[in-house]
Amino acid sequence: MASGEGGAGGYIEHHLVNHTTQLVEDNSFWTMNTDSVFYTILLAILYIWFFRRVAKKASAGVPSRTQNFLELIIGFIDAQVKDIFHGNSKVVAPLALSIFIWVFLMNFMDLIPVDLLPWLGTLVGIDYMRVVPSTDLNITFGLSFGVMLLVFYYSFTVKKPFALGYFKEFATHPFESPNLLVQMILAIPNIFLNIVETVAKPVSLGLRLFGNMYAGELIFILIAVLTLNYGAADLFSVGGGIMTVSQFLLALVWALFHILIITLQAYIFMMLSIVYLNMAHEQHDSH
Amino acid sequence: MNINVTLVIQMVVFFAVIWFTMKYIWPQILGAMEEREKKIADGLAAGDRAEKELNQAKAKVETLITEAKEQASHIKDQATQMATKIKDQAKSDALAEKERQLHAAKAEIEQEANRAKEALRQQVSALAIAGTEQLLSKEVDAAKHADLLDDLIKEI
Repeated sequence: MASGEGGAGGYIEHHLVNHTTQLVEDNSFWTMNTDSVFYTILLAILYIWFFRRVAKKASAGVPSRTQNFLELIIGFIDAQVKDIFHGNSKVVAPLALSIFIWVFLMNFMDLIPVDLLPWLGTLVGIDYMRVVPSTDLNITFGLSFGVMLLVFYYSFTVKKPFALGYFKEFATHPFESPNLLVQMILAIPNIFLNIVETVAKPVSLGLRLFGNMYAGELIFILIAVLTLNYGAADLFSVGGGIMTVSQFLLALVWALFHILIITLQAYIFMMLSIVYLNMAHEQHDSH
Repeated sequence: MNINVTLVIQMVVFFAVIWFTMKYIWPQILGAMEEREKKIADGLAAGDRAEKELNQAKAKVETLITEAKEQASHIKDQATQMATKIKDQAKSDALAEKERQLHAAKAEIEQEANRAKEALRQQVSALAIAGTEQLLSKEVDAAKHADLLDDLIKEI
């Protein structure tokens, strides 16, 4: 299956290098990770198509099986949002749903046999690609920065007066004091802490998902390396047989475990986004 | 592992997905769910109400039946009384009628008997006259001997 040119190292690299398209010649920023963009949009379309199909004919009567399933998800997310988010926004719940399903689908790409899609790719002339969008830092940061943009937007508009409310909170929380002078001194650590927090939020959000998925994919690849460069004859020799069986078992166990991880990561991403947006909607009482 | 334009593309797609979900997916499905919830709640409330109404109706029926039974037995009593009265009345009427008819029959019989007696008397007197005529071999002047005949008739 895998081309043996570079041995194990080459094989691993092959799976973790993005297929890129340079939009502007020799400019690292204007380089697009074609595979990530392709799969992420494909999955977004899959999600929208699937949900829209049900939403179009959603009825209050007896729901179809699919509708029932989606209602289960939506009811669950709606409950979570109502639980955590106390503001009044029409955006947060759909955002949570989008994140949960979309990230789940991206992570799910991890469970597709590591060589299947790249192999299909070679058939149409693409010699390498990365199939799991959430192992691309650009994708996870794209999501977390998107959430952060909304957080800033709501922080600015909800905390009155416009923008100033947010900056005031920056200086007066978490340490506060009724004494004005003390408060002014406390502003220094406050601002420092808030800057760290503000930066940490999107970075940790994006990195957490990326790290988990990247590690998971890497382990799948390492498991696949066990029988790298094996021919059909090797599979039936004693050593080759043992390797093949152990690869199968390892991949099975890791895949089963990974089902948990991908769901959990999608869930965590969604929950943290809701939490951050809730914080953006909270108006602290002025002291 | 470079940060590049992919991030921006992803962010744009992300907002598009959120917008689409917000506009065309979330409200429809959640709306259907809420509508169904309301329907079920309404249904349950209607069920409760219907049960209450049923119980009320049952109670009402119960009282109606009791009342009807009472009325029926009352009517039955009245009817029995009336029947007894009518029977008695009929009996007495019949007795009276019997008496009356008996009287009438008796009177008629008596009349009939008198009439027969009268006819008999006349026939006897005619016979007596005829007999006497024969005896005397001559005609008795009926007119002349009317007194005598009358006496004779009376004697008979």
